[in-house]
Amino acid sequence: MIKIEQISKKYKDAEKFSVSNLDLLIEEKEIFGLLGPNGAGKTTLISLLCSLIKPTSGSFTIKGLNYKKNKKELKQLIGIVPQEYALYPTLTAFENLKYFGSMYGLKGKELTSKINEALETLGLLEFAHKKISSFSGGMKRRINLIASILHEPKILFLDEPTVGVDVQSKNVIIKYLQDINSRGTTIIYTSHHLNEAEHFCTRVAIIDHGKIISKGEPKALIAAEKKANNLEDVFIELTGKDLRDYA
Amino acid sequence: MHKFLASTYKEFTLLIRDFGGIVILFVMPLVLIITITLIQDSSFKTISDTKIPILIVDNDKGDVSKSIINGMQDSSAFEIIEEAEEAIAKEKVFKGKYQLAIVIPRNLSKDLALKVNQNVEGIIAKFTMEDEVASEKTVIEKKEVRLYFDPATQLTFKSSVKNGIDKMISKIETESIYKAFQSQISDDPNESIFETENFINFKEVSLKKEGQDILPNSVQHNVPAWTLFAIFFVIVPLSINVVQEKNQGTFVRLRTNPVSYATVLAGKTAVYLVVCIIQFILMLLIGVYLFPSIGLPTLDISGKLPLLFVVAFFAGLAAIGLGLLLGTVAKTHEQSAPFGATFVVILAAIGGVWIPVFAMPKFMQILSNISPMNWGLNAFYDVFLRNGSLLDILPEIGLLFLFFIATTTIAIVYNEKKYAV
Repeated sequence: MIKIEQISKKYKDAEKFSVSNLDLLIEEKEIFGLLGPNGAGKTTLISLLCSLIKPTSGSFTIKGLNYKKNKKELKQLIGIVPQEYALYPTLTAFENLKYFGSMYGLKGKELTSKINEALETLGLLEFAHKKISSFSGGMKRRINLIASILHEPKILFLDEPTVGVDVQSKNVIIKYLQDINSRGTTIIYTSHHLNEAEHFCTRVAIIDHGKIISKGEPKALIAAEKKANNLEDVFIELTGKDLRDYA
Repeated sequence: MHKFLASTYKEFTLLIRDFGGIVILFVMPLVLIITITLIQDSSFKTISDTKIPILIVDNDKGDVSKSIINGMQDSSAFEIIEEAEEAIAKEKVFKGKYQLAIVIPRNLSKDLALKVNQNVEGIIAKFTMEDEVASEKTVIEKKEVRLYFDPATQLTFKSSVKNGIDKMISKIETESIYKAFQSQISDDPNESIFETENFINFKEVSLKKEGQDILPNSVQHNVPAWTLFAIFFVIVPLSINVVQEKNQGTFVRLRTNPVSYATVLAGKTAVYLVVCIIQFILMLLIGVYLFPSIGLPTLDISGKLPLLFVVAFFAGLAAIGLGLLLGTVAKTHEQSAPFGATFVVILAAIGGVWIPVFAMPKFMQILSNISPMNWGLNAFYDVFLRNGSLLDILPEIGLLFLFFIATTTIAIVYNEKKYAV
């Protein structure tokens, strides 16, 4: 499904590679978690896979399509939920969703019904015609998610989709993602919530210093570490307890 | 087409939700044009209600000083205040209380009469071949009328006052010479031998095209110039809009969507073009309906409306192209807003909005040819003041359109290069 070969990324003026000679294969219908401390290279890897940034070396294919040669087809295949709210604050939830849905060629009744359906599932239908600027963080996160799935992407990239939201919103988002996955969408997501990832992901990869240091099913990773009771223990064991501040 | 329409609707909604932005976009240009026209109209008028108070120190107390004072009063531009001491007058002017002090020297009338009489007698003597030795000439010192200007006074005012006084003094000297000749030739001082009225006069003949008089006034000059200035100011909100899009994360989403940057820009172009046209309509309404009610000349748009809209359309496109390019290149509001505002002022200056291009130094005249505001201004003048046809304005609107194409293309190429994967 997604085949990453020796991909590397070094930002201009950076001393080190953010992603370094990384190989990875993600299968169809997986919920794949990219876990790692701050600055490990998770967001860079997602940005590379969404063609937001250019790799320094290496390449990848999605469903056999090359990221350089099949840009248009790839854009129609994928959806991205960025870490920041990618919404117009002065437009209503419905106006935002209508606009972003239109960018995928959706229109008319089909688009309206998809928007209403998603809003209802995520508990936001009654706020459809309120401005985004009046929404709470959790509500914005849910709209941010809907804006990325209206075109029913085959692969959905999520960069920390549950950061800064309450438990209720988090549960609704996770349940919705599981539902999308059950309908055939492959999910690749990054998170700092290791407990969430442990239960949500079918497979995870722990990344540090731009390299994958471990990957597999969460249960298998926990079992492989003698002292680990959960994924967080595995994570600390592999990445250490030092702070990872960077600028 | 569907994506373009969706982008246009989105831009329109964003714009109408920003009430402060709308006020700035539509009201500020109107305030600008009314203010500028009111100020410039008073300077265009020959008779102004506003009189500038000036000081006169009359050390002469003779005919010449009377003539100067009367001349200044007759001009209706000045309110004459007499001051006894030159030093006091000088101090008052330097402190900024008065714009100007005129100091008329002692014995100016007497010495001028003496000097002229000496010269006339000399000439008459040569004509009459008188053998008697002319009486020895008295040495008369040259006189100077001193002018003290407030250092803050503008150069244009200074030079116009200097020219006016110079003309007045020349006339007094000429009249003195005539009088001296008359007293030598005729015994009757009331006999009119010489006509002292100007022989050469100026008459401005208004041009005609296709039987129509072309009578420019301050409104016909100001409305197109400042309308263009306002249209180009759309660069500022438009560039901020593009920068804001990049900074609020929606641009990242759009980059992953199957939509081209050209489509996104086309949506912005459509909405801001409508903004420019509405601005233009408001300006015309002000010129036609408001100006006459506040004592300004009416803007004459009879038979010119379609062509005026053509010029406004292409000027708007040129301004939008520049705004899109600036917004694409700038990274922050702090870069785009001050640069945009300053750049519009520079374009206006070199485009001839403030000072006519012919009055500029040679180098600036060449530079003005590359200012889109100059192309727009010439096109507006062609329509407003020269009764030009579509064919006459074709070169200018062609350049404005090319400018839009060039700036938009650069913006798209720059964006593609910057985010190429």
